[in-house]
Amino acid sequence: MSTNEPTDDAPPSPPAPSPASADEATPDARPQSTRDDTPPADASPSAEPSVEPKLNIDDLHFWYSDNHALQGITMDVQPNKVTALIGPSGCGKSTLLRCLNRMNELIQGTTLEGTILVDGQDIYAEDTDPVMVRRRVGMVFQKPNPFPKTIYKNVAWGAEINGYTGDVDALVERSLRQAALWDEVKDQLHTSALNLSGGQQQRLCIARTLAVQPDVVLMDEPASALDPIATSKVEETITELKKDYTIVIVTHNMQQASRISDETAFLYMGRLVEMNPTDELFTRPEKDRTEAYVTGRFG
Amino acid sequence: MDMHSDGTFELRRSQRKRIGMVLAGILFLATIFGIVVLMALLVDVILTAAPWLDAQFVHSFPSSTPGEAGIWSPLIGTLWLMGLTALISVPLGVASALYLEEYAQDGWFLRLIQVNIANLAGVPSVVYGILGLALFVRFASLENSLLAGALTLSLLILPIIIISTQEALRSLPSGIRESAFALGATRWQVIYSHVLPMAAPGIMTGVILALSRAIGETAPLILVGALTFVPFVPRGAMDQFTALPIQIFNWTARPQDEFRGLAAAAIVILMILLFTMNLTAILLRNYFEERRAGA
Repeated sequence: MSTNEPTDDAPPSPPAPSPASADEATPDARPQSTRDDTPPADASPSAEPSVEPKLNIDDLHFWYSDNHALQGITMDVQPNKVTALIGPSGCGKSTLLRCLNRMNELIQGTTLEGTILVDGQDIYAEDTDPVMVRRRVGMVFQKPNPFPKTIYKNVAWGAEINGYTGDVDALVERSLRQAALWDEVKDQLHTSALNLSGGQQQRLCIARTLAVQPDVVLMDEPASALDPIATSKVEETITELKKDYTIVIVTHNMQQASRISDETAFLYMGRLVEMNPTDELFTRPEKDRTEAYVTGRFG
Repeated sequence: MDMHSDGTFELRRSQRKRIGMVLAGILFLATIFGIVVLMALLVDVILTAAPWLDAQFVHSFPSSTPGEAGIWSPLIGTLWLMGLTALISVPLGVASALYLEEYAQDGWFLRLIQVNIANLAGVPSVVYGILGLALFVRFASLENSLLAGALTLSLLILPIIIISTQEALRSLPSGIRESAFALGATRWQVIYSHVLPMAAPGIMTGVILALSRAIGETAPLILVGALTFVPFVPRGAMDQFTALPIQIFNWTARPQDEFRGLAAAAIVILMILLFTMNLTAILLRNYFEERRAGA
């Protein structure tokens, strides 16, 4: 279960987790965003390799009316890793994901207990603004759902409403490049996003999320509505993104979890059964139920 | 109909087909009935109206001499009334619907309001007229002004606008709201940039339907004191007024044959106005739907 021993993770991680070096296109934009955020915990790790988890989830309970959907989840998510949440339908993995950027509170009649820290900051604290939480913890949904606007406006809108003062054209290009969509759409930026194929639309939704320059990107089965070719493009994009972002992904597809994730958490009936590095969890699961699930004996 | 023991079928194909054809015929007749009656009515009205319809008729004030009578003041009165009613009822109705759908927390209070709005949509227009008389004409001392009439008509169509706007808001895919929130938008930013533009065609349809209902209302206007003989054009919201339905009502009540022709001519004008409104609605809806498609 324990995944956050510093000795395991510290040596392989590169000197500075600050992702500025990854963007060749416009190197000015990223540092600027870190200045905008100024969460107290964010400033220090740039000096030395960080082993602090990006997200701490502690004894998280969640109810839809009377339905106790999450029953005491405790786990950490490491920075610049892909963490996969797996488990049978109804196990609570999407619910857990949506707790991480306070999306669930948009549903009426829900209750949450426990704490979630992002960079040491309690995102459910009294004085924390959910709007600011969602700006730092972005989300890509299961169904590609671009806005019925142009490709350009889809990417630019989130940045504009958050008061982005930089060069919007450059931001749109960089976000589309990061989402591996630029080459396919660069000549049709001002045409409707609804004309794109499903896989392109989903990568546009990823670009739209990245344009806000979040720290964490949540993905709720982002490839489940896509064909195999589009899926592999989205997976490549995700692998590329972990240099700059912390990614938490919900997936039904265990091959996908084993292909793209560094760590995997297995949930069952609203509880965390096991969380370990992905290859360990799939090859040497600690719990019988995990083994039964990953070998396809149930679920 | 007797079944053989070995289970063969009696298809009776022609009989089954005949029943189907007869039923299709009945359904067709049901469809055509309303249309035929309406067309007959229309043709009759237009034929009666034809000798009276000219520029002089549109530009003249009502008169007791049929040859000089026109509909200038009721036509302008109706245009004023519709404009004021739209100005009052659309912002109020759309705002109420936005609050009920996007902001209000579910609970007994919300459900109570919902039930009441649905009930208000079914209240007879005369009752709204009595309310308008008591509330606007007497209590608020607006007298028998355009404003009093417009406020009364606004009350009458407010439930329709609220309900149709709510329907338009509910029919939006919820993924749009969620993904906008997930980018760090505030509720108002989500509504302003995405919800309202996407719901605009539906809202527009509801508004036009509601105004089409208001334009033909007579009873509530009589109650709030619209005049029947108005030899002047209103210059402001506080002026006295008359409207096309009232003028039509007045003319049909007269014994002389000529006035029935005048009434028919006024009906034609009223319907042209109605068609223009509906056409505008369709054009606006198409425009917003194109914008919704993205380009």
